Amino acid sequence: MSNLLKVSLSPHIHGKETTRKLMHGVIIALMPAFLASVFFFGYGAIIVTTVSVASCVLFEYLIVRFVFKKTLTINDGSAFLTGLLLAFNLPSNIPVLIIVIGSFVSIAVAKMTFGGLGNNPFNPALVGRVFMLISFPVQMTSWPVPAGFQTGYSDAVTGATPLAIIKEGIKNGEPVSQLMSQIPPPSQMFLGDIGGSMGEVSAFFLILGFIWLLYKKIITWHIPLSIILTIIVFTGTFWLINPEKYADPLFHILAGGVLLGAIYMATDYVTSPMNPKAMLIYGCGIGVLTSVIRIWGAYPEGVSFAILIMNAFVPLMNRYIKPKRFGEEIKNG
Amino acid sequence: MKTFPLGGVHPPENKLTAGIPIRYLPIPPSVAIPVTQHIGSPSEILVKKGDMVKTGQIIAASKGFVSANIHSSVTGVVNKTDSVIDASGFRQTAVFIDTTEDEWLETIDRSSEIITEIKYSPEEIIDKCLESGIVGLGGATFPSHVKLSIPRGKRCDVLIINGVECEPYLTSDHRLMLERSEEILVGITILMKALRVTQAMIGIENNKKDAIARLTGLSGKFPGISIHGLKVKYPQGAEKQLIKALIKREVPSGRLPLDVNTVVHNVGTAFAVYEAVQKNKPLFERVVTITGKSLASPGNYFVRTGTSVRYLIEAAGGVPENTGKIISGGPMMGKAVSNADVPVVKGTSGIVLIPEEESSRSEMTPCIRCAKCVSVCPLNLEPYLLMTLSEKGEFERAVAEGITDCMECGSCSYCCPAHRPLLDYIRLGKSLAAKMARKQMVK
Repeated sequence: MSNLLKVSLSPHIHGKETTRKLMHGVIIALMPAFLASVFFFGYGAIIVTTVSVASCVLFEYLIVRFVFKKTLTINDGSAFLTGLLLAFNLPSNIPVLIIVIGSFVSIAVAKMTFGGLGNNPFNPALVGRVFMLISFPVQMTSWPVPAGFQTGYSDAVTGATPLAIIKEGIKNGEPVSQLMSQIPPPSQMFLGDIGGSMGEVSAFFLILGFIWLLYKKIITWHIPLSIILTIIVFTGTFWLINPEKYADPLFHILAGGVLLGAIYMATDYVTSPMNPKAMLIYGCGIGVLTSVIRIWGAYPEGVSFAILIMNAFVPLMNRYIKPKRFGEEIKNG
Repeated sequence: MKTFPLGGVHPPENKLTAGIPIRYLPIPPSVAIPVTQHIGSPSEILVKKGDMVKTGQIIAASKGFVSANIHSSVTGVVNKTDSVIDASGFRQTAVFIDTTEDEWLETIDRSSEIITEIKYSPEEIIDKCLESGIVGLGGATFPSHVKLSIPRGKRCDVLIINGVECEPYLTSDHRLMLERSEEILVGITILMKALRVTQAMIGIENNKKDAIARLTGLSGKFPGISIHGLKVKYPQGAEKQLIKALIKREVPSGRLPLDVNTVVHNVGTAFAVYEAVQKNKPLFERVVTITGKSLASPGNYFVRTGTSVRYLIEAAGGVPENTGKIISGGPMMGKAVSNADVPVVKGTSGIVLIPEEESSRSEMTPCIRCAKCVSVCPLNLEPYLLMTLSEKGEFERAVAEGITDCMECGSCSYCCPAHRPLLDYIRLGKSLAAKMARKQMVK
C-alpha cells in the first residue's frame, strides 16, 4: 500500500455512464434507419452521410485545436452525431459542397461559437439544415424517389414528397381524397418507401431506434410522445372538421420528419428542457408549431422550424417550470 | 413491492459479506474513545490519567439536551486525554485507554438468555437509553432518548424501523437482523412502549430475503410489528424516503418525521436498546462490516468503540497492496479517511477498502444537460442548477431552489455522465448559505 490514501467527498463510486457512451447509444439507435435509407436511396445515402460526418468532425477538430487551443473533444461523439443527424435531414443527391457548408454552419456557427458541447442554445444539426434550406432552396427540395439500391448520385430521379403533394394540391383547391391517390399507402410510408430526406423516411426503423433509446434509458418518452400526440390531436381535429381540406393525422405522422424530429432532434440533451413537466410543454409546443406550419405555413414541412423556435424557449422554461420538490406542497399548504 | 417514488439509483450491490456470520473482534491493546460520537455537544470527561476503568463504565457524561453518555469499551488504565483525527478529518478529544483485561461492570447481564418481558415504564426506558449512551446507529448518531421523548403537541402513531441498508457493500444490519432477530424484535417492542404506539413497521430491501423471512417468522410473537420487503433502490434508507415508501407520508421540507406522526429508528439501534434496557449493557460495541474487493477476508465483526480502523483491517487480512481509499461508512455517503488510525465509533457501520483503480474520479467534462441528475434526485431538486449557482456564488437563489433540502445522498454525482462533482458544489453552497443565514441572524 502506498502511504498516501486518497481523500475525497462522497460518493466514492460512479455509475458506468459517460457522455461518450450516451452519444454512441444515439448513433447506434440511428443505424437501422441509416441502413434503410441506403436500401432505398443507394450510394447517395452513404455519400451524404460520409461527407456530413467527416466535415462536422473535421470542423470541430480544427476549431478546438487552432482556435480554442484546448484538449480535443471529437472523441466524445457529439460532432459525429451532429454530422449523422444533419445527413439524415438532407436529400440523398445534394451537391457535396453544400453539405460541407451546412456542416460548417452546424459546428462552427451553431455549436462552437457558444463554447462547444453543452452551451449551444439551438440544435446544431437543425441550424445547419435550415441554413441550407434557406440558402439552397432548389437543391434542398429536390427529393430522389426511392428506387432500390442505386448507384446514381446527382442524376437520381427526383419527385415531390407526399407533404409537398398535399400542400400544393390543397392550395390549388383539390380535395384531399383525390390527392391521397397520388401518395403511397400508409404501409409503404411506414416502411419508408417514399421520397424525402434520406433519414426521415422509414418510420419503422426510426421507431426501432426509439425503443432502443428508451430501453437504454438514453432518453425518456416525454418529448417524443408529447410531440406525436399533439400533432395527432391538432391535425386530427381539423381532419374531423373537414377531411377533404385537411390530411389525416396518420399521414402527418408518417410523412416528413415528425418521427426523426420527435425522437432524435427534439430530444437533443443540450437544447431540450431539464425536467419532465417542461419537456411535455416543450413537446406540445413543437407539435402545435409543426402542425400550424404544415397546415397554414409557406413550407410543406415545419418540424425543423418548430424545434428551433421551441429551443429558444428552453432557458425560459428551465427557469420558470420547476419540478415539484419532495415535501414542498405541504410546506406551502 | 413498495419503494419511494422519486428518483434513486442502482449502484452495484457488492454485498460481499452478506453470508459471513458476525464474529467478535479481539479486544485491541489500546483504544481511543472520542467524546463526541453523536450529533450535539461533546460529553464531559469524567476520568483522568491513571484511572482504572471497567468495560461499560461511564467515562464521559452527556452535556446538554442533545448529547450522549460515553462508556469505556475495555478494561484498563486511562493513558491520556488527547486529540484524535476522526473519520471526517477533524480533531476530536478522545480518552485513550490501555487495555489490561476485559472485566465488565457487574450490573451488565452477560448471559445469552433472551429476555422478552418488558418491566419498565416509558420514562424508565428513555432514562435507560440516556444512561446507556444510545444513539442512532444508522449513521446519523442522533441521541435516541431525545427521539423517544415526544414533545408536547406532537403525536406518533407508527414506529418505522430502518432495516433497508441501501448502501453498497455494507451488511452489518443484514447480519444483525439474521443473527439477533429476536433481540431486535424485543428492542422494537421496547421502543413502541416508550413511544406509546401500537404499530411498528420494519422496512427491509428485497435483497435480504433471508432476513425478511426470519423476522416475519418470528414476528407472530410480537404484536403490532409487521415486516415489509422493499424494492431495491438507493437511497431508500434515507429517513424521508423510507417513510414515503412505507406509509406514503411526505415529510415537509425542513421538518422532522414527527411532523407526519412517525419516528424512525435503525435496526441496529433497536438491538442496542434491547441490550441497554434488558441487559443493562451500555453502547460500547457495534457491528461493523469490514469489506473490499481486494481484502483477504472481509467480514462482519462486533467491534468495541475506540478500536482503530487499522486494527480492524489487520483482522480482515491487512491492507491490500492496491488500496487507494479507505471509507468509513458506505461508498455512497461514507467518508474517505486520511489514515487508518481513526477510531471506530458508534456511527461506524462499515469500513470499505476501495482499490487504487476505482478510487480516482474521472476528469469532468462539460455538462450536456441530459437531466439525469434531475431525474435521479429523490427530492426532485435540480443538481445541475444548484452546482452552477454555488459555483457562481448565488447562494440566495440556491436556497430558493431548495439547496438546503439536499441530504447529500450522492445520486446526482453518481450518475452524471460528464462526471461533474455536483454534490461537492452543492455541499459548498449549503455550507456557505448556512453561514450567510447565520450572519443575517446576528444582524
